[in-house]
Amino acid sequence: MGKNKVSDVLKKNAMLIVLVLVYIFFTVMTSGQMFQAMNFNALITQNAYVFVLATGMLMCMLTGGNIDLSCGSFVCFLGAIGGILMTTKQMSPGLSIILMLLVGVVYGCALGYLIAYVNIPPWIATLAGYLAFRGWGTALLSANSSTGSISLAAQKGFLAIFSGKVFSTPVNQTNIVCIAAGVIASAIVVVTSFMSRATKVKKGYDAESVMTLLIRCVLSVAAIMLFAVKLAGAGGIPTVLIWVIAIVLIYDFITSRTTIGRYFYTIGGNAEATRLSGVDTKKIMFLAYLNMAILTVITTYIVTARFQAANSTAGTNYEMDAIAACVVGGVSAYGGAGNVFGMVVGATLIGVINLGMSLMGVDANWQKVVKGVVLLAAVVFDILAEKKRS
Amino acid sequence: MSDYILEMNHITKEFSGVKALDDVNLKVKKGEIHGLCGENGAGKSTLMNVLSGVYPYGTYSGDIVYKGETCKFKDLKESEAKGIVIIHQELALSPLLSVAENVFIGNEQTSMKGVIDWTATRKKAQEMLAKVGLEHEDVNVPVNSLGVGKQQLIEIAKAMAKKVDLLILDEPTAALNDEESKKLLDIMLELKNHGVTSIIISHKLNELEYVCDALTIIRDGHTIETLNKGVDEFTEDRVIKGMVGREMTNRYPVREGVELGKVIFEVNNWNVYHPDDGERQMIRNINISVRAGEVVGLAGLMGAGRTEFAMSLFGKSYGQKISGTVKINGQEVHLNSVKDAIDSKLAYVSEDRKTYGLVLIDDIKHNMTMAALRKFFSKKGVVNANDEIVSAEEYKKRINVKANSIEQTVGSLSGGNQQKVVLAKWMLTQPDVLILDEPTRGIDVGAKYEIYCVINDLAKAGKAVIVISSEMQEIIGTCDRVYVINEGEIAGELNKDEVSQEKIMQCIMAHNRKGGE
Repeated sequence: MGKNKVSDVLKKNAMLIVLVLVYIFFTVMTSGQMFQAMNFNALITQNAYVFVLATGMLMCMLTGGNIDLSCGSFVCFLGAIGGILMTTKQMSPGLSIILMLLVGVVYGCALGYLIAYVNIPPWIATLAGYLAFRGWGTALLSANSSTGSISLAAQKGFLAIFSGKVFSTPVNQTNIVCIAAGVIASAIVVVTSFMSRATKVKKGYDAESVMTLLIRCVLSVAAIMLFAVKLAGAGGIPTVLIWVIAIVLIYDFITSRTTIGRYFYTIGGNAEATRLSGVDTKKIMFLAYLNMAILTVITTYIVTARFQAANSTAGTNYEMDAIAACVVGGVSAYGGAGNVFGMVVGATLIGVINLGMSLMGVDANWQKVVKGVVLLAAVVFDILAEKKRS
Repeated sequence: MSDYILEMNHITKEFSGVKALDDVNLKVKKGEIHGLCGENGAGKSTLMNVLSGVYPYGTYSGDIVYKGETCKFKDLKESEAKGIVIIHQELALSPLLSVAENVFIGNEQTSMKGVIDWTATRKKAQEMLAKVGLEHEDVNVPVNSLGVGKQQLIEIAKAMAKKVDLLILDEPTAALNDEESKKLLDIMLELKNHGVTSIIISHKLNELEYVCDALTIIRDGHTIETLNKGVDEFTEDRVIKGMVGREMTNRYPVREGVELGKVIFEVNNWNVYHPDDGERQMIRNINISVRAGEVVGLAGLMGAGRTEFAMSLFGKSYGQKISGTVKINGQEVHLNSVKDAIDSKLAYVSEDRKTYGLVLIDDIKHNMTMAALRKFFSKKGVVNANDEIVSAEEYKKRINVKANSIEQTVGSLSGGNQQKVVLAKWMLTQPDVLILDEPTRGIDVGAKYEIYCVINDLAKAGKAVIVISSEMQEIIGTCDRVYVINEGEIAGELNKDEVSQEKIMQCIMAHNRKGGE
């Protein structure tokens, strides 16, 4: 029994263990560079868009392996709109953010309607958007700027919300707020874990042993504090991290605790059976793509703020990054299986590989080759593990 | 030396311990048309799958002697190479490809390696069509532009193109009208004159009587008898007796002390049209009523329209232009969606648990709570996972789902246990009226008994239960009252004391004759 449990835990967290090993590998290969505070910071700021987009992609994929190919191009298009509103038209950032969100909602509704109610296959409906929005966005940019790029460097408020740091301090100082946030987060994790176990015990349900709970808490706290200390040394908490954490927590709750979230899984597992259980399956499909569009809007905020400009190349291949993060994170390409935690691990793993190889000075072309191999290996591993189990 | 083209001796085939075929013998003479009949689930199709290599040699015991040699087919290809071709109930045509292409699917006419010779394809397709009486058809039109009857004939033409010696037809006329059926049967007689031996599986006994030289009756995986035309009595009544004449043992738990209450489920003047064809009426003026604590059966042959009727009731999940009224607990309800149906306390347990009932990759507890999640396991959209666990454990115990835990994936369970999970799923919606469509299809005898016990418990709890089953014994064994449905209409209503398999069959036959005129 004990042995089984250990191997179960290992299997369940296989990707997480791979992530840690890969991180250690790159730390060794870069003689510790990978472990520097600046690179922890880079890992988050460079990959924030993947976490947000992959969350939306996860919801789409759960419904039956459906994907959204248009999100990368839509980032470019919406960025152009944002640039025009804020810089060319001199509109306030607040109003611009709301208008951009409106555009996203309109697109999401149209896309969701086509896919859920007109039965257009998702990859075709979104392929149309992939082509059209890249063109439209580029056209808008060249019509409003001679360089094909609109600068947002003057929009201090906008940049602060989406790419700044919370209570920023100079790099060589330790950021107290950051450490405090880490401690608070750790405390919350520990307290909620123990409280949920206490409820389970009180009501007489099966609960994990105190030992495993303790080990889990210690590991979680160690991870959180490691990040807190590293980020404190890099100038503080990046605002995007707050956005990412908020989104991840919200969607983790939706997928694991709500009826709507449950229906995303059952539709992916068997849409007919779900419909015959009284669920409006079309509405769920609609919501999947509306939600995707909204998360794409948030991605656009993050990306344009980070580059401080709207570019015609913005968002290139983002859709593929998001799909890859999901697949590496164990989200089923056929739908019905996968979770937010896995997706986060998958996205981080790809981010770590990217960063590690860049630090090692691996040629950008070869980086793509490695990523392709990792993606395939993850899926093969998943399918083989599944076969072994059954 | 022997005048038998095919001898299947002592065939026994088990599915996870359950014998689907038990020492079955089938002998077919060269050049005859041999009928195979029996109730649904008697083992006819299994026997044909053994013959054609769908179940490879080694997965069954007994031997097959074909044209004097013992055969050990590993797959369909090997049996086809020997000239044995099986045409299944479901058409295996590619709807958008042309008639000519379909005739030579998997058997393409090629000039060089892998290059299709279109001239030869069309010319030969025309020849094959002539053999099945379709010489005037254009071989270039897509096959779905033809009617079902002609498509069935094209299946036969396809078989002819493979140089067939033994043709097996599994319910070829199930989807055909009388005229089309007659034509198909005449083609079979024509082929017989050309030396083709055929085996035909059919429920339509008058057709078997018309076309067959010999008839083998299978019941519960055993061969009962073989009747020869001109030697034995060869009438419908005789065949029915052979098909149903088995002793009744206590395969059905007794239901005692159930007081029938008021009528709590009532359907009046129910009419439904085919979902793709607004002209074709599938259900015609059906009226039924069920009292609290009563178990009512819907008997009939496959394709009689019982499932269509049930699904059209269940939130209009089937058909179009639905009309009629439904009353539950005395109140008229309008069930426009499955959600309405569930909220009005109606539950429908589908005949096809894998396609319509379960999420196979998910676990037992999630499957059990799936339909009741919104009403009973959540508050403001947030799932109460602990309640789910408690209820799933309770039902697992109550209806004896054999599994390690409620976390086990449903896909890994046996058919019987999957069926129990589906039952639990619908019981958890706390319905007053349950429609159970083929509740014991494909599950073993022990699990069947347990399901019957659940049905009894439901009746005792004052629910109205409707059982749809193609196994007449099951209907007789479990129901207080039976409606016989045939071709979308009620062909008769029988009370517990008068119901018998012969009576049900007679209702169907009488209704068929009336419809034929």
